[in-house]
Amino acid sequence: MAGLGRFGAGAFVAPALALIGLFLVFPALWTIYLGMTDYRLTGLQAVDPSFVGLDNYEQILGDPAFWRSLRLTLVFVLASGIVGQSLLGFAIAWALRRLTGWLKSVVETLVLAAWVIPASVASFLWIALLDRRGGTLNEILGTQGTAWLIEHPMAMIIIFNIWVGTAFSMLLFSSALASVPPSQLESARMAGASGWQQLRDVVIPNIRGHILTNTLLITLWTFNTFTPYLVTAGGPNGASEILAVYIYNTAIPGGQLGVGAAISLIMLLINLVIALGYLRVGRARAARPAEATAAETAGGAATS
Amino acid sequence: MTETRTTAAAPPPLAARVARAPRARHFVSRLLTVIGLALLVVFFGVPLAWLATAPFDSAPTLAVAWPDWTLSNFAAIGENRYAIGSFVNSAIIGFGTCVVVLVLGAFASYALSRVRIPGRDGLLYALLLLSSIVTGTAAMVPTFQLVNMLGLIDTHLAVVLVVSGGTLPTVIFILKDFMDSIPRSYEESARLYGARPWQILRDVVVPIARPGLAFVAVWTLVQVWGNFLVPYLLIRRTQQQPAAVLMYTFYTESGQADLRLLSAFALIFSIPIIVMYFLVNRRYGFRFHGGIKS
Amino acid sequence: MVHRTRRLTAALASLTALGLVAACSSGGDGGGGDDGGAVTLTITANAISGGKNAAEADWIRDWVIPEFQAAQSEAGRDVTVEFLEEGVDDEDYKTKIALDLQSGEGADIIGIDGIWVGEFAEAGYIMPLSEVGGDAVDSWEGWDQMSDAVQSAMSFEDQRYGVPQGADGRVLYYNKELFAQAGLPEDWQPTSWEEVLEAGRSLAGIDGVIPIQLNAGTAMGEATTMQGVLPLLAGTGSEVYSDGMWNGATQGLRDALELYATIYAEEGLGDPILQQEAAGRDNSFAQFAAGEIGILLEGDYFWRSVINPDESIGTAPMANRDEIVGYTLIPAQEPGSGVEGRDFVSMGGGTGRVLNPNSENPELAWELLAFMNSAEAYSERVAGTVSITPRDDVNAEVLAGDPMLSFVSENVLPINSYRPGLAAYPQVSVALQEATAAVVDGTSPDEAAEAYEQALIGIVGEENVASGDG
Repeated sequence: MAGLGRFGAGAFVAPALALIGLFLVFPALWTIYLGMTDYRLTGLQAVDPSFVGLDNYEQILGDPAFWRSLRLTLVFVLASGIVGQSLLGFAIAWALRRLTGWLKSVVETLVLAAWVIPASVASFLWIALLDRRGGTLNEILGTQGTAWLIEHPMAMIIIFNIWVGTAFSMLLFSSALASVPPSQLESARMAGASGWQQLRDVVIPNIRGHILTNTLLITLWTFNTFTPYLVTAGGPNGASEILAVYIYNTAIPGGQLGVGAAISLIMLLINLVIALGYLRVGRARAARPAEATAAETAGGAATS
Repeated sequence: MTETRTTAAAPPPLAARVARAPRARHFVSRLLTVIGLALLVVFFGVPLAWLATAPFDSAPTLAVAWPDWTLSNFAAIGENRYAIGSFVNSAIIGFGTCVVVLVLGAFASYALSRVRIPGRDGLLYALLLLSSIVTGTAAMVPTFQLVNMLGLIDTHLAVVLVVSGGTLPTVIFILKDFMDSIPRSYEESARLYGARPWQILRDVVVPIARPGLAFVAVWTLVQVWGNFLVPYLLIRRTQQQPAAVLMYTFYTESGQADLRLLSAFALIFSIPIIVMYFLVNRRYGFRFHGGIKS
Repeated sequence: MVHRTRRLTAALASLTALGLVAACSSGGDGGGGDDGGAVTLTITANAISGGKNAAEADWIRDWVIPEFQAAQSEAGRDVTVEFLEEGVDDEDYKTKIALDLQSGEGADIIGIDGIWVGEFAEAGYIMPLSEVGGDAVDSWEGWDQMSDAVQSAMSFEDQRYGVPQGADGRVLYYNKELFAQAGLPEDWQPTSWEEVLEAGRSLAGIDGVIPIQLNAGTAMGEATTMQGVLPLLAGTGSEVYSDGMWNGATQGLRDALELYATIYAEEGLGDPILQQEAAGRDNSFAQFAAGEIGILLEGDYFWRSVINPDESIGTAPMANRDEIVGYTLIPAQEPGSGVEGRDFVSMGGGTGRVLNPNSENPELAWELLAFMNSAEAYSERVAGTVSITPRDDVNAEVLAGDPMLSFVSENVLPINSYRPGLAAYPQVSVALQEATAAVVDGTSPDEAAEAYEQALIGIVGEENVASGDG
């Protein structure tokens, strides 16, 4: 295959796998092991952690704070990631697809700037924007004294995360839309299809792979993002404590590294279930006879 | 435009039905588009405005205001013992990570795209999921101990390797999609001329895959540029710390930020990465190929 | 299904293989030794020039290091001292030094918060000073200048683990201008909580003024515990930890939470939103400085570093601080109801420096630490901004010019209570903060106290909790 035998392929993959093995798999497995101990960073359990089996998991699953955090995370992922970033990213890509000139540049530049500036800067910009006393938003809206981050913490971190992350979906969908064969769109238009119908019947089937990639990555990233901590610190009183923040608060200020590690694994499993769900949906939709046969003969690797 | 032209050329029965509607619809949808874009500019622009005004204000507040122009805030950065050096450190770590991730990621994703290894995609997804554990805070202790065992504490290399390990699965995932979309016929002909696999990768695949590589480079840089915890824990000497760590030191004893220093620093901190994005974009453009084949 | 199982198995198999490879390939040993006669000592502290605790950082780099190196070279020794400056959130700093100590690395002298001493000692990260630094430690002249209470901030189980680098206490600050407007005395000394509330009610009549700012909630973090719950608890005569047990929903805790309920939920004497802001404490400083807060419970740090009118020292400077800011002892709930029958109470915190047990030159490191805590060094340290040092001899000299700090040194330090230096304390502190947050949010004090007791059991185990039957 392209002159690259198994051996050659192995040699190409080996360096990356070695690095991943050493700096990702090894610490990750160690973390999973820590999740089954009562390990702490300081105190008696730091010297002599004991193996507690699944006690941590029992404790976590019995903790209302975990369930609240999980619920907030699901809302956060759904609203800011799957709906917010993906839809807004797609809408921008759609609106800009035939636009040229300065307006397109301005929109793209702003969306991308929000994405590339470092998280610490982005979070500070939003803290400044939403500040109760001197914030710009209150000045614009004439709502002096409104503490946005206290009164609507979840809404704010959702909007914040949309602001930060939309660029990825915009870039991905821009190139996806460019890959839709113009002839198909043309014939749909000739048949009198409305914009919506074109979208549904021509565009979406053509970019299904992109949608799946986008949703998969966005979900994973949104699940794991820690940046909202820099805006609300999970507060007030845990009202915006999504799982990544919950892990931090448990492991670092709370000192319970074992429990923090266990929550990490739970989070991974939830991600796994969601990813499998996506792939299943993706495959089911695409299971047209011809393709299914092709996949079968190809040996049935995950999604090819 | 194209749309009107095609409708006009459409056969009579259809034309009668759609001739009037599209024009009105066209106008409304254009109007909506413009309004929508204007709202977008406001939504994405207003938070950024502070970064454009505060650094040049002699007494910045949290609100966006027309500055009382000065450059003294930037001079204050020059006076900070570690500020300039921290940008150099950020550049070293950022560049190093991009190189490691791009080279290893390109080789691996090319091979994974071209050769069918059993369980290949399963492995890729598993790694992608595992990366979420390692980038989380709970893995800090194992990561630190590992780096300590390797004798790499207090080196930029440690940060490069740890961040690379965490980002490589995503990079391979994105690049593999890209490689999948490159027609194999190019490689076939190169092979007929006796090119070795790595030559094919270098001379045929990489040039075609440039937009994808460029995207991954920027994405990786964004990840490493703003990373606080990894360099903070792995590097000891203050003069070796990158800008992301130094930025957190501009707080006073009580945690209040020095807005003059912070705003100017934040701007300088953000500019290289924005510039890099635009350079890369102008040179190579960004494109995504394929997406997951489903 | 078969499909997927096979894929998962393959994935798991490859993961395991990778893990094994990784486990085998790790090796090598870090850390380098010192060569020959030249010796290098390192100091680390959560302080950095131009940022957090800048004065301390400048002092170490510009005075301690050159002076010490010069003294050593006079004695014919080639000693280099390096200073690793930090300047981040305390939790992150703590994580870093704990990781360092755990792996047998780290600076020779490490600055830590007194409240970490217990958990670090339990983990074996630090050892009693005399075990690390040798006989010279116990015979050091400085100990005679430090009261037992001050020394206890860096002690654990009656052993000295570090040298304190300061002493602090808490008082009630009040704005005399607002007091005059409300018809309250300029020279104010409440003797019970009720009298504080009375003053607050009078201040409530002034527009745009928050009568009482009493830290609450989790956003304020340790400030809620140190400048809120614990001084109140001390005023009721109960403690968070006593006789080897953690105290649950005691009557004292219920009373303390009741005071929160009165201030925030029932009478609106405080601003409940301020408590929840991420920068709430800073905002409370700014508002006090702007004359918008009547009464504020804070440490002496507030006086010297926040509202200090001196150029570039105060973060919320008040030009007329000395005229309009009053300070007074924190009253117990009722006269005599405080711990050990006190009429007035306070909490002491404080940071200090420890020796790293892994130090390659522990005796020399102690020499440096002793030098940093000499009278001369402290005089130099406080030359720019006066603060209370742990040394009585230095205090007698430098505090003379500052009535407020003299007041704290003479009247507040003796009535200080201290936090239990145990590993579980940080979590217990969070549970206390959550209890106040709940009350501010409208939960009844009794319910919040019960919830605290449950949280306590979850943290330290039922066998370590003394249930409060209130």
